[in-house]
Amino acid sequence: MAKEILLAIRNLVVKYHTDDAVIHAVNNVNLAVKKGETIGLVGETGAGKTTIARSILRILPPHTAKIVSGEILFSGRDITKLSEKEMCKIRGNKIAMIFQDPMTALNPIETVGFQIAEAIQLHNRISRSEAERRACNMLEMVGIPMERYSEYPHQFSGGMKQRVVIAMALSCNPELILADEPTTALDVTIQAQVLAMMQSLKKRLGTSVVLITHDLGVVANTCNSVAVVYAGEIVEYGTVEHIFDFASHPYTLGLFGSLPKLDSRERRLKPIKGLMPDPTALPQGCRFYDRCPEAVRKCSQTAPGEVEIAPGHLVKCIKAKGGAA
Amino acid sequence: MTPLLEVRNLKKYFKTRAGLLHAVDGVYFSLDKGKTLGVVGESGCGKTTLGRTLLHLTEPTDGQIFFEGRDITNPAKKDLRRLREDMQIIFQDPYSSLNPRMSVSEAIMEPLILRGGMSKSEMLDRTRQLMDTVGIAARFENSYPHELDGGRRQRIGIARALALEPKFIVCDEPVSALDVSIQAQTINLMLDLQEERGLTYMFVTHDLSVVKYISDEIMVMYLGQVVEKAPADELFCNPRHPYSKALLSAIPVLSIHNKKERILLRGEITSPVNPKPGCRFMARCDYARKECNRPQKLEECSPGHFVLCCRYQEITDK
Repeated sequence: MAKEILLAIRNLVVKYHTDDAVIHAVNNVNLAVKKGETIGLVGETGAGKTTIARSILRILPPHTAKIVSGEILFSGRDITKLSEKEMCKIRGNKIAMIFQDPMTALNPIETVGFQIAEAIQLHNRISRSEAERRACNMLEMVGIPMERYSEYPHQFSGGMKQRVVIAMALSCNPELILADEPTTALDVTIQAQVLAMMQSLKKRLGTSVVLITHDLGVVANTCNSVAVVYAGEIVEYGTVEHIFDFASHPYTLGLFGSLPKLDSRERRLKPIKGLMPDPTALPQGCRFYDRCPEAVRKCSQTAPGEVEIAPGHLVKCIKAKGGAA
Repeated sequence: MTPLLEVRNLKKYFKTRAGLLHAVDGVYFSLDKGKTLGVVGESGCGKTTLGRTLLHLTEPTDGQIFFEGRDITNPAKKDLRRLREDMQIIFQDPYSSLNPRMSVSEAIMEPLILRGGMSKSEMLDRTRQLMDTVGIAARFENSYPHELDGGRRQRIGIARALALEPKFIVCDEPVSALDVSIQAQTINLMLDLQEERGLTYMFVTHDLSVVKYISDEIMVMYLGQVVEKAPADELFCNPRHPYSKALLSAIPVLSIHNKKERILLRGEITSPVNPKPGCRFMARCDYARKECNRPQKLEECSPGHFVLCCRYQEITDK
């Protein structure tokens, strides 16, 4: 796999400052996204997945959040060092985002067609009518008849609205799409429709995707590689095959264990005990120590380093050894 | 044995400007003590309204509800409160279902105060007992909901529902708002409580893997009607209604090896306002024929397995 790397995140640290505490949201994250690849960021609420995505677009809340250190290299340029003006040329044009909730991501008082055309015109020096024509094409591409160009968001169902949001994200042919839980708010049958559509569009346009989700089933169906995020760190990273067949980090294993399986008849689920640590007071050693069934004393003292247990399969756990788990 | 709960031809219509919205339309089921009935379907199929109608949180338009053999379709106001001691509900969203100005112990105590007949210290003891049962540490007694995470909040919701020792609980998407690891903790808690207390659940959800796990029997709803009803394993192994087939095939599988064949449904759920008399799934169904325009009857295709589709036999034969 000698594909070109489109996005590289190196040692990213993001903190939120509140009145009485500092929230350590992202702690030393490294991540690389290759051209045309879909990478899944998996983890629970508050793990820092969305903060990572927002850092890439630099749309973190301006007063509280701060990228403390690290680099985000997009096509070789460090995004964290760009001026706001340069960033505007990238945002929505080269990198686009699909937000979780299509109900709030659209402007309720503009027609959906206008909203797509607006995005196109912002980044391309073209006439209004040309922008409208392209917006119509985008609508058709995501399976919405272009007669609905002049309708308002409230006239669309949830699944249709998410298609509009996707059309908007794709409208400038971005190289990278950040999809933040794009199907979480949708019903399963609509989710299947939207995911199938995203897959085929991705194949056709060769876009790279960072898919943020908590649903491992969705990951299995759409991603090439997976990063498991816990308490602001990537605790396990590998190809989708590595993660599903040779998961090694106790947290990843715990995530799989806590899901009800369609084909099992066990009477009890196996939850991970306890809760994620408070991000304002992260523990000294391994962040998963308190909840880990495998923990030994050493885990509470030193933070585990990254171990490469198979080529490209990284695990942050002192128990992880080379070879398949 | 009389079933704990029996529902006959239950209907709930809402008047809207566009016409009559058929939220629940002719539902029959009976539920034995200690069992769990799963109700699945997409948003807008009427599953939440069904649960609320059973508890008289909205009044049924037509049909009958029997609880322990008694007709409770039109209870008098004073009976209603007694009835609610036996029938409780756990709501979907632990963020909006708790009063933000009540502490944990106040929230759990509220049902006890409303029922009356207990001294203050008895109520406090009972509250502590309930907190222990659902696994909220005593130190949270005076905390407020905003200080707690979603899983703990949902435990308060469960403790409130248990406070009056009900026999029947409607669980309306109780774990949908929770993270998977917390979801598993909560489901285990609910299963333990059921075993200990012989509780009967109606478990309303759109999460099909959860429902298979927890239910004895499952009803699949589409636009207010039950389109299929079967024991949990039977439904998952052998779905007969075209909608159930599509719904089950749409569940993302937790494996990268057996990529199953997906049935992608066309379009979206149609409007429940003034539906036509025929099959409501027709517009999205690949098997639709002329005869589907006639009103459909629920047929028993194998013992205990009911399906609302006039073509189920031909479809399965294919």
